[in-house]
Amino acid sequence: MTDREIITLIDTTLVNEFELNIDDMAAEASLKDDLGLDSLDRVDMVIVLEKAFGFKMGEEEAIKAIRTLGDIHAFVINKRLEMQ
Amino acid sequence: MQTRRVVISGMGSISPFGKGVETLVESLFDMKSAVVNVPALNDFGGLRTMVAALVPGIDPREIPRKHRRSMSPMSVFATFASQEALGQSSPPAEYFTNGRMGIIMGSTVGSPVVTEEFFRGYLTNHSTEGMRATTFFQIMNHSCAANVAQTLGINGRILAPSSACSTSCQAIGYGFEMIAFGKQDVMLCGGADEFHPLSPAIFDIMSAASVAYNDVPHRTPRPFDLGRDGVVCSEGSGIVVLESLDSAKRRGAPILAEIVGYATRSDTSNIADPNSDSMEACIRQALEDAGTSADAIDYVNAHATGTIQGDAAEAAALNRVFGGNVPVSSLKGHLGHTMAACGALETIASIAMMNRGAIVPTLNLETIDPLCANIRHVREVERLPVGAFVKNSFALGGVNTSIVIRRYEHD
Repeated sequence: MTDREIITLIDTTLVNEFELNIDDMAAEASLKDDLGLDSLDRVDMVIVLEKAFGFKMGEEEAIKAIRTLGDIHAFVINKRLEMQ
Repeated sequence: MQTRRVVISGMGSISPFGKGVETLVESLFDMKSAVVNVPALNDFGGLRTMVAALVPGIDPREIPRKHRRSMSPMSVFATFASQEALGQSSPPAEYFTNGRMGIIMGSTVGSPVVTEEFFRGYLTNHSTEGMRATTFFQIMNHSCAANVAQTLGINGRILAPSSACSTSCQAIGYGFEMIAFGKQDVMLCGGADEFHPLSPAIFDIMSAASVAYNDVPHRTPRPFDLGRDGVVCSEGSGIVVLESLDSAKRRGAPILAEIVGYATRSDTSNIADPNSDSMEACIRQALEDAGTSADAIDYVNAHATGTIQGDAAEAAALNRVFGGNVPVSSLKGHLGHTMAACGALETIASIAMMNRGAIVPTLNLETIDPLCANIRHVREVERLPVGAFVKNSFALGGVNTSIVIRRYEHD
């Protein structure tokens, strides 16, 4: 899976779950301010991404520091590299 | 103690006939049945009843995701019904935030649909992994009240009574008292339930669900009829806006009816079996609360669900209070049993009947059971002037409720 494919899968997963506009899925988009995802949504975001990628991420400290969509992209890409 | 007069300034309905009070009322007067055969019920071992009345044509996506994410179907129903009721009442913006407009609405249980999903995962995996953060908000007992408050931004009192079939009558009653005693000015009151196979299963286990009309669903339930064989479960939401008369008059709100009496009593004779003495006591107490007598009542909208025992007990109670002259009908033959919504939905329909001067008869009442005789059954649409009526709801668990409502005479 290329980085581009990972990013696409993350974006489409979040678009489908949270009924977002694909055009708004910019790396610099703030989860809270731009995409409107609150604390409840962040819990469900982890759940749908865990399901999409098949590995756990909810207990990672790094997940708490995520602020933007780009942060998620980087987190998942790095996590996959660590697991290889 | 001086109390304030309380009127109804808005009504909203999501019923097995669809969206809206007008749809509900027209369908009732057209003598339609919403009951259908539900093939999916065949999948449940032991379940003998295969009929239900289900809400059609609802698109939850009309509600923004932010609010919809914590809603099961019952909260979706309650939200749409609340929007219709508030649309009619049109309270000013400041009412939403001044803490004087509240919500009382409940359901039989928290969402059975989502509870099933939760326990399917929990029991299969013995784990909470994968559980959504929004699940709790759908299965908590006050899900409807909380979701409607959040969605509509109502900041006053919030209460979620849960007394099965009496739920929404109690909600109206408690709202009536809160306004009468000056604690709130406006209350959004009612109830909602969503269909799940567990609902008919509970009645079926007690041999109180209709099982003999699975192939002719429109012929059941049959309130007061000799051939009645039990409840048909359905779903929906009924919501009314209660308001102090002073507030309604001051702002020129529509005044659809006035609530004048309310009683709710615990029947401790048996947790399941209906008791006509307890029912009678409840009705009499509501009349006393209204400061009126049986002579002043022109119509009774019965709880009558189509069970053998319940209908007979209610008929006996009504006979002792009203004799054989006051028109009585039940709307369960049309709607099935909308459970926690029934008290409010049937109150709404009864107010519409009162204001039309015409009464909807009991659908499927063909041969009156001798045990249900000695009351004046409405057998066809009758044009009758109604100045005041009584609405009954009687619930498993021994929760009896009666409300007295009268026509509001405009100045």
